[in-house]
Amino acid sequence: MDQTVVDQYELVVGLEVHTQLSTQTKAFSNDVNSYGDEPNTNFSVITLAHPGTLPKSNKVAVEYAIKMGLACRCKIKRYNIFDRKNYFYPDLPKGFQLTQDKAPICLGGYFDVHSERGEVKIRLNRIHMEEDAGKSIHLEGAAFTMVDLNRAGVPLLEIVTEPDIRYAEEAVQVMEQIRRLVRYLNISDGNMEEGSLRCDANISVRKKGDEQLGCKVEVKNMNSMRNVQKAIEYEKLRQIKALELGEEIISETRTFNPDTGKTYGMRTKEALNDYRYFPEPDLPPIIIKEEDLKRLESEMPPLPHELFMKFTDEYKLPSYDAGVLTDQKEIALYFEDLCKYTSNYKSASNWLMTTIKSYLNENNIEIGDFPLKSAQIAQLIQLVDDGQVSNTVAKNKLLKAFLKAPSVHPKTLAERLNIIQESDDDFITPIINNVLERYPDKVVAYKKGKKNLLGMFMGEVMKESKGKVDPKKANQLIREALEK
Amino acid sequence: MKVDKNTLEKIAHLSRLYFNKNDESKMLKSLNDIIGWVDKLSEVDTSEVEPLTHMTDETNVFRNDENPKNLDREEGLKNAPQQNGEYFKVPRVLD
Repeated sequence: MDQTVVDQYELVVGLEVHTQLSTQTKAFSNDVNSYGDEPNTNFSVITLAHPGTLPKSNKVAVEYAIKMGLACRCKIKRYNIFDRKNYFYPDLPKGFQLTQDKAPICLGGYFDVHSERGEVKIRLNRIHMEEDAGKSIHLEGAAFTMVDLNRAGVPLLEIVTEPDIRYAEEAVQVMEQIRRLVRYLNISDGNMEEGSLRCDANISVRKKGDEQLGCKVEVKNMNSMRNVQKAIEYEKLRQIKALELGEEIISETRTFNPDTGKTYGMRTKEALNDYRYFPEPDLPPIIIKEEDLKRLESEMPPLPHELFMKFTDEYKLPSYDAGVLTDQKEIALYFEDLCKYTSNYKSASNWLMTTIKSYLNENNIEIGDFPLKSAQIAQLIQLVDDGQVSNTVAKNKLLKAFLKAPSVHPKTLAERLNIIQESDDDFITPIINNVLERYPDKVVAYKKGKKNLLGMFMGEVMKESKGKVDPKKANQLIREALEK
Repeated sequence: MKVDKNTLEKIAHLSRLYFNKNDESKMLKSLNDIIGWVDKLSEVDTSEVEPLTHMTDETNVFRNDENPKNLDREEGLKNAPQQNGEYFKVPRVLD
């Protein structure tokens, strides 16, 4: 389609994000909350909705909801009730889902994102608590649908944004921030492939400048960040094409197929949606007390946006570094700790972002299992800063030796390995003289003006000294020798 | 509010309840009697009254997130009209 036509339209997206809470037990009963177990092994009479059973709220699930609300800068509602959302579906034995309709626990809040229109705030409408449904498995050609109720009753948070998103990448950033936050807070594993983090997008388009929103389509089943991006981009073009052909957009639910990159209308037998919400009488109101809120606030870990600010403002790191370092809480905290022992923040950042991270990747371990403490990495940084070992040697030979013998001071190891840099004139000068004698023609060429030969002399000197000379000092001495 | 034939059918569908066509007028009368009675209550001005959602004054009844315990799979499946020892089997949901 002609780009000038596409450019006449504006995309409008709001997200409904579900995140499964990593509690031990379910939201309203004490059966096991665990992913990937044998079908229909994690259930109880409450989950199965046997007559006479009564739900009881999981205290930790409520606390997790409050923590997420605080992290998203929401207002926490003190008086909470649950509502029944009524519908018949086999993955929901009760015939209703417990959720919060009119009075969600968290109101407002926002995420900062940046895209081609600059820095913008994506406002949150709400975060509410609810329970997950079971899983229906539809096998091709089978006369039956198989139902697994392990997931039924698992505590969920639903995070709902306002329709503030205008670019697919903004939706991805919101998802990434939610995933990062739930991991920082340790309230969910945020795994999209396993469905503990799920995204539904309400997508519409309108002519630029129009006030009124277009007819929206709900797209489901985007189980990765990439698919969120692809599905929104596809759906935008599909709707623009339809409108250009004079067709009407049907308000419907569509599913994204990652194999084709397209969205398809979902046809279910239940077309009539009338949820008849009403307050759940079996769960007494939850009143969040001042002291509980204060306690939860004090338990909050440092958050990624706070650490990002600190790393850029206080440590003067580039935003790229701050972004990489704050992506994972454990890495960010390791870095924070490292900065207690060194004030060379940029060097500390380089060590963590490249050298240590690639070690973790190669060995498939987390930072918590990294054999060296942050104070020990600071010792390595100090050795380089003092000119005792070169940066390259420190990051290769010395680090390797240190990992094998973490109890030995790296200075001692450097001495044993004979890699302490020589910056002594008496050590370096004979080497330089040897090199210059070997290449008399190059020396003449240099003197005639081929100054870029300096690099070649430098390389030879490094080679001859087996990398032991202090490069700064050697550089200076070579220059002096050549200009004599 | 008045319950008509369409409303009756919709309610029956939503609640997956079936009734004999011959009983239709009886059902309509019965439902309208109830609705009429509730309509009578609506005459009271409740604009200043918070909705009553719970019949007791109990609040904050919590369970600690501990001692997970499952029902035995066989026990849980046994009352289902159809199951295969692993899954509940229900009539095909998707077209």
